[in-house]
Formats: sequence, C-alpha cells, structure tokens
Amino acid sequence: MGRVAFDHVTKRFGDVTAVDDLTLDVADQEFLVLVGPSGCGKTTALRMLAGLDDPTSGDIVIGERVVTEVAAIDRDIAMVFQSYALYPHMSVRRNIEFPLRSRKVPADERNELVAEAAAALGLEQLLDRKPAQLSGGQRQRVALARAIVRRPEVFLMDEPLSNLDAKLRVQTRAELVELQRRLATTVVYVTHDQVEAMTMADRMAVMDQGILQQVGPPQEVYAKPANLFVARFIGNPPMNTITGTVFRTDGTLGVQLPGGRVTLPESVAAAVQAHDGDDVVVGVRPEHATLDPEGSIEATVAVVEVLGHEQHVICRLADDTLFTVRQPNDDVPPGLGVGLRIAVDSRRLHVFDPESGRRLEVAPAAPAEPAETTT
Amino acid sequence: MAGRTRRAQRRREALLGYLLVAPALVVFAVFVFYPFAKNFQLAFYQDPLFNLPGKRYVGFDQISDVLSSEDFRHSLWTTIAFALLSVPAGILLGLALAVAAHQKLRGIGIYRTIFASTVASSVAVAAVIFGTLFNPVIGWLPWLGIEPQPPFLQNPDWALPAVALVTIWQSIGLSFIVMSAGLQAIPEEVLEAAELDGARPWRRFWRVTVPLLSPTIFFAVVVGSIFAFQAFAQVEMLTKGGPIDRTNVLTYNIFVTLRESQDEGRAAVLSIALFLVTLLLTLFQMRILEKRVHYAS
Repeated sequence: MGRVAFDHVTKRFGDVTAVDDLTLDVADQEFLVLVGPSGCGKTTALRMLAGLDDPTSGDIVIGERVVTEVAAIDRDIAMVFQSYALYPHMSVRRNIEFPLRSRKVPADERNELVAEAAAALGLEQLLDRKPAQLSGGQRQRVALARAIVRRPEVFLMDEPLSNLDAKLRVQTRAELVELQRRLATTVVYVTHDQVEAMTMADRMAVMDQGILQQVGPPQEVYAKPANLFVARFIGNPPMNTITGTVFRTDGTLGVQLPGGRVTLPESVAAAVQAHDGDDVVVGVRPEHATLDPEGSIEATVAVVEVLGHEQHVICRLADDTLFTVRQPNDDVPPGLGVGLRIAVDSRRLHVFDPESGRRLEVAPAAPAEPAETTT
Repeated sequence: MAGRTRRAQRRREALLGYLLVAPALVVFAVFVFYPFAKNFQLAFYQDPLFNLPGKRYVGFDQISDVLSSEDFRHSLWTTIAFALLSVPAGILLGLALAVAAHQKLRGIGIYRTIFASTVASSVAVAAVIFGTLFNPVIGWLPWLGIEPQPPFLQNPDWALPAVALVTIWQSIGLSFIVMSAGLQAIPEEVLEAAELDGARPWRRFWRVTVPLLSPTIFFAVVVGSIFAFQAFAQVEMLTKGGPIDRTNVLTYNIFVTLRESQDEGRAAVLSIALFLVTLLLTLFQMRILEKRVHYAS
C-alpha cells in the first residue's frame, strides 16, 4: 500500500515556520502535486516525507506505518532530485544499480532489474557512459531509472523537470504520467509550475507560506479557487481581480467596479448579501470576459499580446487596474489606447472577501478529502 | 596609418606588461632562477679538502661519486621512510577529523577551530612542544608510564617515528582544512540520494564521499609528499640527524654538508638529487594516482 499522509505536521527552522500544521492524505497510486511559489514549504514537506528533514511536530505516515521516527534509509521511498543527484563517478549502469547493490540484490536479479529500468526509459545505449557525457534530458531519465529500479511504494519528485528546456519539459510531463500509470505507484510531485500541476495531477495541493491553501482535482481548483491566493496563482494568464463595492438594486446584488458594474450570480449573491455596501474582490478569468460594445465595464487598451493561437488584450480600467481579456486569434486586435467595453460572464464570477481573501459562496468548494485548508 | 597606430599601441601595451611583471621577475631571478642555475654549476666543481681555496672542475665525477655513495643512499631511504611515516597518517587523520567536524552538531565550530589550529603553529613550535613531551625528565610520556630506553629521540628505532609524529601533528591542521573544503564541495543532494538509495553510512563514505573527494586527496598526497621531502626544522630541532644518522634526511644532510663540511660541491649535488627525486615522485603520482581520481565535469 502506497498511501502517504501528513498528520498535523509542522516544521520550524529557528523562527521561520516552513510548514505550518500540514494535514494531507495521498491515496495509493495517486499522482499528487504539491504546488506553490518558491519558499512556500513544498520542498520541506517532501523532504520530511523522505526522512531527510524531521518534523518539529506531527506525524508522517507511509503505508500503514507511522514513519516519523524511521530513518530515510528504512522508508520504502525513492526520490528524484531537482539536480538529479547522480553519482558523477559512476557509469549510468552503476548509478541505476546502486540502490540494488546497497540492498545486496544478487547479481543476476540485479542485471535483470537494471535492464528493465533502462528499457523503460530508453537508456540501453547509454549504460556505459558517465553522467557528464549525457544531456540534461538523459540525466533526468537516469535519475528516474535509479528511482524505479527497486520498485518502491512511493516516489517523491522535487521539480524534476525544471532543468529541462521548454520543449522537452512538455514531452517529459506526459511520459512521467504514463510511467506512473504503468508502475501503479504513488507519486508526490513538487513543482512551482502551475501548468505542470494542472496537467499531471490527480489532485493538486496548493501551498503558500507554509500553509496548505487548497487540495482538489485540478479542474475543481481552477473552477473554484478557495481563496485569492489560489485564484491568482493557478491559471495563465492569471485571473483578473478587481476591488469593488457591493450594492443592491431591485432585489439583485451587484458590484460597482471602477468603470462599470457587474451583477452577481445567485450562488454568490446569497453569500455576499451580508456584505451590502462593503468592498469585495471580484475575480474574472480572462477567458470569461469578452470585448463587447454592449459590455458593462469601460476600459482602454493598454497592450495586446498576440500568441498565435490566442490574443491577450490587456486593458486599463478607470482606476488604472489592468484587466486581461483572452480572445481567439481570428479576432481583429484592437488598437492601443482605444476605448472599449468589456462584458463579463456573470455566472463565472468569483467573489472574495478582501480581508481574509476567502471565497464567498453559499456552498464553498467542497473539500474532496477530509484534509482541507488550515488557516 | 591605422595599422601603424594599432601596432604602436600594441607595443605600448606589451611594454607596460613587461614593466608590471618586472619587479616580480627581479625577485624571482635573484632568489630562484640564479641560485637554481648556480647550484648546477657548483655541482661540477669539487672543493679542496680542509677548506683550502681553489675549486677544481671535475665534470660529472663528483655527481656520480655522491649519488653512488652509501651516505646518499642512506639519506634517501631515510627521507622516503619519513615521508611514508608522516604523509599517509597526516592525510588520514585530517580526513577523519574533517568528516567528524562535517556533522551538523551544536558547538561543532569550536572543534573545527581546534582541529585547524595547528596550521597556525610552525614546525619549530611543534618541535619544541613535542621535544618537551618526549623529554625523559620533564616530559609527559614517562608520566604516562611510557619510558623506552634510551628515550625516544635518542633511540635509534624510535627517533624517526618520533620526528614523523611531530610532523603529522603539525600537518593535521592544513590537511583538515583542505579535506573540509573538499567535503563541503560535495553536493549534499548526492549524499542524500545515496541515503535514500539504501546505502548505510559506511557505504556512503566509501562509494560516494571518497571517490568525490579523490581530487582533494590526490592534491594532499602530492603536496604532503613535497613537504615531507623538504622537512628540515623538526630534524634540526629534535635530533640533528641522529642518533647514528637515523634521522639524517636529505635536507638535513645537505645542510650538514654545507655548514659543517663546507663542501659546496657535494651539497649542490645532493640538492639537485633532492630536486630530481621530488620531481620524479610528483610526476609518478600524477601519472599513476591520477588515473584513479574522479574529476567532476
């Protein structure tokens, strides 16, 4: 069983709290991505799972066993490091068989396992090379082969793609997911790249400042971010977030924004009712807004980014806040400085409390697991 | 026009370059190049007996005389024995202390300072300290019940090991610092990877740390050997080459030949021999040992 759990785990380095009361369950054979900006505690969490760092408090569970006091060497895990951490003085073959030799696996079995791992990652031709003679992508595959060769229950990966060029990264992303399915093991994967998190994860756990912000399947986190941090962190181009004032007319609730108003969908209105007259933060994803002469928000065009498959029209609102509208590339891009109107899809508005940053909704994004935001 | 100015400019730059290295060149010429050349010249002239004036050109006679002498051979073997006694032990102890001090423990900084401290003492200081420790009357060894007869420094069997011991103690500081620097250059992640790969501490040390430290160890062996072949002060201060020439290493032999026998020619030949032996040893180490050294790319 490759289940992994953090149970109220806290890690302090002196006065700095790197991980704050983290509770998180990873199911057997799940691909869980820990994502967050640098310094958010994701790597520290992973290192505690590996046994390379000890939690200040709380427990780590692997399988059915509490391993908090178990040395790294005796936990059944393998890890791929950001730097790959290959043994530079050993050939590729020696690198891959190192975990087997450490465990005194007999030679014939060892050769078989190495051959299998090398074949799985297409390294057969490179077995006699030294790491220095390999490209970045090849080194990364050697690191993976070394991790899979002894069939651990749990794989830990710390930004394994960050040293690859953009094209190789996209390709390897898919290969990693495929490899995980084939091996049927649990993966805990750390990255700062929300695209990796979105594309690879069964579930993603978003962290910031040592605190778990939200856990859920990527689509759910994208559609219903639990707070402003998640809303701004996940999605590219990022969600537009504008501060406005709640008002009520004819029984409907709306928000007065700089340059126009938006009406709120019912699910949100119920939660915002109590905030009549207060400030809230309205979130609009760029793909949920359009340039429309009938639109409710006035703006002027600041920048147009043409990406080939789509355009990002970055507009300036009355108070100088920027607002991005994503539109298909077939549309004629507006001229710079032109005044226009933006229409937003009011069913897809997100509203956040400006103080706590929390999402305002009647039925907030339901946690998929008992482990949820701890604030 | 343009070509000429550029050439003129290049000449000015070259001139400035020579001007800047000139002071260093003068110092080197006076204290290194000239003595080195002069030494070769001296080797071809024989001093008359009893310090009478009048050197005589003898060509290679003196060189072959000295090199085939029992005296030279004995000194050479003594030097080699001294190097074998002092260099590996100094490096191993320095490495052991560096590994110990590499642990992340509270107050380890104090130990690091202590371990490195002998680098701040000179060989002469070390010799005085150990001369006192070995002293049969006021020393600590008799107090510990270790009392060989004759005492260490006068004991033909123990004098050379005793001088080597002083050298080891004195060289540990440098060896410790060099090894510590080498250990710090090993990426932490590689050792962590080895730990997660199931390698126990002993295996991690032999399979990962030592190979990655090999350039440092190699450097320490080469430099340590050169130092050992040039060791002089400890011999001068502790044993003066005795008892019965048991600590008469090459450098000391050169010194005695020059100072007491006033035999410039013979001393010059011995100096050249020391130079060549050290050079050959270093070349040998470069060729043989370096094959086993792993350099990170």
